[in-house]
Amino acid sequence: MKRIWLKIAVLAIFAFTVSAVSVLAGESAAVRNCTWCHGTGAQGYTVAPRLAGQRPQYIMSQLRSFHDHTRDNPFSRQYMWGAVASLSLYTARDLANYFATIPPKPANDGDQELAARGRTIYLEGIPEANIVSCYACHGPNAEGVRDIPRLGGLAYFYLKARLEQWGQGYHSTPGSPMPMVATSLGPAEVEALASYLSFVK
Amino acid sequence: MKFVGPAFLATILTAAFAGVGHAQYAARGGLEAKLQYCKTCHGLSGQGYYGWFPMPRLAGQQPQYLENQLRAFIERRRTNPIMANVSHGISPSMIPALAEHFKNLNPPPIGGAPRGSIGLGKQIYEEGLPEANVPACMACHGLEGKGQNEIPRLAGQLYAYSVGQLTGWGKVRGQGTAVDTSAIMAPTAHNLNRSQIEAVAAYVSTLR
Repeated sequence: MKRIWLKIAVLAIFAFTVSAVSVLAGESAAVRNCTWCHGTGAQGYTVAPRLAGQRPQYIMSQLRSFHDHTRDNPFSRQYMWGAVASLSLYTARDLANYFATIPPKPANDGDQELAARGRTIYLEGIPEANIVSCYACHGPNAEGVRDIPRLGGLAYFYLKARLEQWGQGYHSTPGSPMPMVATSLGPAEVEALASYLSFVK
Repeated sequence: MKFVGPAFLATILTAAFAGVGHAQYAARGGLEAKLQYCKTCHGLSGQGYYGWFPMPRLAGQQPQYLENQLRAFIERRRTNPIMANVSHGISPSMIPALAEHFKNLNPPPIGGAPRGSIGLGKQIYEEGLPEANVPACMACHGLEGKGQNEIPRLAGQLYAYSVGQLTGWGKVRGQGTAVDTSAIMAPTAHNLNRSQIEAVAAYVSTLR
């Protein structure tokens, strides 16, 4: 019997928290459709990246690339192509602007021992290996600008997967320099960068 | 890549490389690899790119100017931490070939400048501002903004880049005690006010 009461108590707290967050955020059905996967408060959940604090122009460009089927990695095909199929331009804009205003929380899930190396690569690149500085486009604190995404505090798994996918030939926004960037990165550099970025506030 | 066969992988890799216009990437350290490295930031046609910083257009740039700037980054005559690192990674023997490659590219300007003050910019560019002691830009950079020798091409340059350079000239160029040809621009950059700088930058960004 004790166990059941505990479960009910946990459930009650959970339900209260979820509803409180929903009320606070004024969540619409459209927002809820995103946060089912992208996490409470849009802070990201497993493979679905954090949307909170993301650049609105970047969110728009990605929604367009899902719609046009130009972003073609497996999870995009499996989930996002369908998810945006009937999304209107106006709703997309509202969602992008809404998520951009939510303060982002860092995932902090990378390898701490690799973070210093990652920071050096982020700021300086590795010129002798033709690896460019990430900082030149993504900004001093990985905050992004316009349609260049904020990377600071995204989940290690997501950052690593994206960098690997470009190197494997998957596509994203047309004209993005990232496929060229990623082909110059080895596994050690990808892990160091993803680790560092997961801790950036 | 557990679930993707090698044949499929080869297909998509070929497609990816064809997409950037090269049959294959050259080995690290080669000229082709270094060109790809430059173009990652400065654009596949050297047309420039708006990142966190505006990455300047290199297409059509004067080789002597490019070579001088790469040396200036290394010698800290021109302050730019990113380009100082980049320049250290380029062997001096490779620089003439890189500069020659970019000289021969000719993509259209990428745009992005406000249109409002282009007329004023053209006037300043061609006539200067005698009352403010600003000489006509075209006297050195040429009527079409193509530059010559160590004097850079301005035609098609990114608006935000030109604005940034002219507003920060004295803090970035001609640093240290070594002789630097950038000194010639210091009084001119100083005598232009913000709106005049924006006008000139907008005008030259439209030149082809």
